[in-house]
Amino acid sequence: MSTVLINVDEIYMLLEDVKDPEIDTVSILDLGMVEKVTVSSQDVSVKMLPTFLGCPALPIIQKNVETAVKHHPAVKNVSVEFLRSPSWTSDRITEKGNAGLKVFGISPPPRQLKSDGSWHIDCPYCESTYVTMENIFGPTACRSILYCKSCKNPFEAMKPMIKMI
Amino acid sequence: MKNEALKNISIKELLLQLADDDFIHSYRGAEWLGLAPHIEEDVASASISQDTMGHAAIFYKLLEELGEGDADRLAHDRPAKERRNAIILEAANGPGYYMKDPDYDWAFAVVRNYFYTEAKAIKIQSLQSSSYEPLAEVAQKVQMELYYHLMHWKMWFVQLLGSHHADAVSRMKAAIDKTLPDFAGVFSLGQYGEEMVELGLIDGGIQKKWVEAVTPIFESVGLATTFKIGMAKGDGRNGVHTEDLEAALETLSEVYASDKAASW
Repeated sequence: MSTVLINVDEIYMLLEDVKDPEIDTVSILDLGMVEKVTVSSQDVSVKMLPTFLGCPALPIIQKNVETAVKHHPAVKNVSVEFLRSPSWTSDRITEKGNAGLKVFGISPPPRQLKSDGSWHIDCPYCESTYVTMENIFGPTACRSILYCKSCKNPFEAMKPMIKMI
Repeated sequence: MKNEALKNISIKELLLQLADDDFIHSYRGAEWLGLAPHIEEDVASASISQDTMGHAAIFYKLLEELGEGDADRLAHDRPAKERRNAIILEAANGPGYYMKDPDYDWAFAVVRNYFYTEAKAIKIQSLQSSSYEPLAEVAQKVQMELYYHLMHWKMWFVQLLGSHHADAVSRMKAAIDKTLPDFAGVFSLGQYGEEMVELGLIDGGIQKKWVEAVTPIFESVGLATTFKIGMAKGDGRNGVHTEDLEAALETLSEVYASDKAASW
């Protein structure tokens, strides 16, 4: 039996198909949740970072990652682990991830906060800056609820999670 | 006791205090689901309770890694006398039951939530440089989430007390008078407190830092800053608890107890 080598890039390609269970336009890679992938012979280890500690989607994501990696014909064992450190921060979301969030009607998190800790987000639909914060807390731990006074649409935004706060 | 054994027990005690505090606090918060003053608050306080349960879960997980048993068992299957949470956090939200005629006190919720979150923020700040590395790592993550919780409860506290609405102000003052006499239980580090501080697991003087943090907030709404903080009902860190905890544990572990081996 010949041994098929597993390339780490192939695993990353498979992880591209694992989406956030509640935002199917963004992959877990683009959310910045994958910290490290290692391959040892036929065993693959995926180290991940939780976005929010109480997020109920974490076990679902874990299972979806296992299933996706097993699609590689040469993979025998998969271990998926959530790390305590480093902490996930919202600036880990890629440009592609930000674009995917907007497609879903969610504004990406601001890259920077003002010195007083406040931040500003534009409407994901019409790009207007004329928006109001309705609720810092939203339908999931990572989102806030806002309203656009220009196009009169309610929308959501990813909460900034940055080390300085 | 040998140094190593003393260190181990101090770490475990501290983790139990942190886990049990967040666990019961989150449960009391969750009882408000569907009852909060308005729908946006229902979303916000439920989200905070969910985050807080996540914090309890990661502290229980650290205990599991230290060989203290399964995290779910630690959360659901320990009698009141083994719990280390502060007594003020187990106090019922008010008369009634959340399924039937709940007559809960929102002023008490706001006061307790703000006071507790401010105390937790001080502890978490200190824990980020804990000599127990896994706890220091977890604290960094918790701190980022806690930032939003503290902002939220501080806003409620200031708005209700600064509202000049006689009913709101008098209810808030009554809630403060109900909370402070037992609030020292939150600052207590229990019988191994001195060891915890000596070992660099957490800094002492939490109560003093808390008073410093809330004083400007009290002053901003014209409240006197004579804090009569006590432990009238005893120290929960030593397993002293009230019937309110017994009742809460019975309710919250009902599903777990129905099938302890089930996978949820």
